[in-house]
Amino acid sequence: MPDDSTSEFGPLSLHVPEPAVRPGGEPDFSNVNIPEAGSVRRPPVDANPEEIRDLAFSIIRVLNRDGEAVGPWAGELTDEQLIEGLRHMMTLRTFDARMQIAQRQGKTSFYMQHLGEEAVSCAFRMALSPGDMNFPTYRQAGLLIAGGYPMVEMMCQIYSNERDPLKGRQLPIMYSSKEHGFFSISGNLATQYIQAVGWAMASAIKKDTKIAAGWIGDGSTAESDFHAALVFASTYKAPVVLNIVNNQWAISTFQGIARGGAGTFAARGLGFGMPALRVDGNDYLAVFAVAKWAIERARRNLGPTIVEYVTYRAGAHSTSDDPSAYRPKTESDAWPLGDPVMRLKNHLIGRGVWSEERHTQAEAEILDSVITAQKEAESFGTLHAGGKPSARDMFEGVYEEMPPHLRRQRQQAGV
Amino acid sequence: MPRKTMIEAIRDAMDVMMERDDNVVVFGEDVGFFGGVFRCTHGLQAKYGKTRCFDAPISEGGIVGAAIGMAAYGLKPCVEIQFADYVYPAYDQIVSEAARLRYRSNGGFTSPIVIRMPAGGGIFGGQTHSQSPEALFTHVSGLKVVVPSNPHDAKGLLIASIEDPDPVIFLEPKRLYNGPFDGHHDRPVTPWSKHELGEVPDGHYTVPLGKAIKRREGKQLTVLAYGTMVYVAEAAAEETGIDAEIIDLRTLLPLDLETIVESVTKTGRCVIVHEATLTSGFGAELAALVQQHCFYNLEAPVARVTGWDTPYPHAQEWDYFPGPARVGRAFLETLEG
Repeated sequence: MPDDSTSEFGPLSLHVPEPAVRPGGEPDFSNVNIPEAGSVRRPPVDANPEEIRDLAFSIIRVLNRDGEAVGPWAGELTDEQLIEGLRHMMTLRTFDARMQIAQRQGKTSFYMQHLGEEAVSCAFRMALSPGDMNFPTYRQAGLLIAGGYPMVEMMCQIYSNERDPLKGRQLPIMYSSKEHGFFSISGNLATQYIQAVGWAMASAIKKDTKIAAGWIGDGSTAESDFHAALVFASTYKAPVVLNIVNNQWAISTFQGIARGGAGTFAARGLGFGMPALRVDGNDYLAVFAVAKWAIERARRNLGPTIVEYVTYRAGAHSTSDDPSAYRPKTESDAWPLGDPVMRLKNHLIGRGVWSEERHTQAEAEILDSVITAQKEAESFGTLHAGGKPSARDMFEGVYEEMPPHLRRQRQQAGV
Repeated sequence: MPRKTMIEAIRDAMDVMMERDDNVVVFGEDVGFFGGVFRCTHGLQAKYGKTRCFDAPISEGGIVGAAIGMAAYGLKPCVEIQFADYVYPAYDQIVSEAARLRYRSNGGFTSPIVIRMPAGGGIFGGQTHSQSPEALFTHVSGLKVVVPSNPHDAKGLLIASIEDPDPVIFLEPKRLYNGPFDGHHDRPVTPWSKHELGEVPDGHYTVPLGKAIKRREGKQLTVLAYGTMVYVAEAAAEETGIDAEIIDLRTLLPLDLETIVESVTKTGRCVIVHEATLTSGFGAELAALVQQHCFYNLEAPVARVTGWDTPYPHAQEWDYFPGPARVGRAFLETLEG
């Protein structure tokens, strides 16, 4: 115990932040300041970061409460593109639902769904060009779905079956596809953020035209790799978009633990002189417009942009998590930015290019296509049944050429 | 043939590779304009430009993380960590990322990077400029770990490392940069210009990874050593008059087990020497392999002479360093055993 007689100000005390509400309480998002849709200005892509610092503290929104696209960030996408975007989000949601059940049925060990966050990765993907590279975390499968990566391949990976493109070596949903601009997901957090910057630096070193996108969650911004990424990106003006998906929760830890005293996560970019934009992550149109802005900035060699997507993880962190233990069950219903699928659906209905009937029909078609993919994937096995990668595969690919000690061990294992 | 210091040989290797392959880039703390605190990259920025050789922020995790991203793009980064003692902020990037990327992506992405770092003691560097962390890397599946002991090998091994398709940890015994060092710290330094292994051929050549070399033929016992300890072992052999066969491992992972087994089978005795601390050091792995593969030929317990299990001290450097006297004593004990 310290000496109690040394300070005229009395003893110190440690501040440990707490979320506004815990289970049993009334959900309260009054601390989330949400500007009117269309109210945030749209600076030119080559804006001086010093002159747009306010964008780190606001939220860029396009869809208003009536489902109309309003303001300077509207008008980027055609109705056809928006319908395609809606289908991507619906596909991801259906895919998640089926895989969630498959995990409960014991067909795989683990799953992570995107519920409520579909717009972020689905819309971002549509703003990229062929050859660009994402360095994703575990909740951006919309990059694959919207990029046309076959669902069967994704499922085979999830099932670790005989057609698993990763040969059973990696946890479910830790996809990897160079062809689809999707860097191998690590599972360790934040490591990929600085790698994205390195990839972008390489593109600039080689005088290429491709850009990179780094992805991180609100909680993982506390890692030192996040800081390293911002230092490198701003120092070398790397052509990279640094995305922060703020879904409010890092497993059971609310975003206030990682954010500390900073007003927002986007504001972390300000100290590096980077443009820092905050966007409604549940607004497909806003996500696309901001992504396009940041991607163009990178491609014009104007350097990195940090983008915070304000969203909400409506589901559990993973199949191993139960959010009712740490947040009110009704909290997701109270989330003031709504549901990304419903919002885009209502917008399209309002524009007269979509309807409840077409939506129901699309849901049925999508479910059918997901089930068809699932049946095909399951014909190649699931984690504990049917075809699976060989034990021999375990020893392959540690190095390009297998060194003698691994050959001896493989022999010893008898595979 | 021109004689070079180990620093010049290392620089030469990077120069040769940067000349041959536009995808080779070199960066790290102070390596650009200044050319590195040990001068290993001196002149490379002037010759190849700022985008091929440049200064990095003081962020070892950032240096290695960025290198991994560059390698995923298709470059061949050869990065410098200023001292091996500073590599720990990059440990996650090395262990969880560089080492596993090929495996976890089934070859979709690879990480052909070289991470150079001066290691070992003997320069009064205290606990933050003297460590030998090789065992922290030999324990990691997917890495290769190289420790050269002379300018000729340093150049050939570094070229082989840069050309290697997998990540390589390249530990440079800093006490050997300017000359072979046999542990007699109170004697004048012998420069590489007076040593035949200071002869470094011009242009491109490789010393293959995974191949040890016999530095001294002998019949009475086998010494397994690498880096600085090769010369300490040579001195111990001279001073004790014991006919030791000295094997310079050169690459710790993958290990040239064949050469080790052949020698120990012949001599029946084995002394392992390294500067790094004893417990769970690389010597433990060597001892286990020797007893497994040479059990019926062993005439004595396998001995280990290493740094003590303490942090690397400053004033007590020569009490810590496993010099020729300690190594020589181990030779005698092993012959008696």
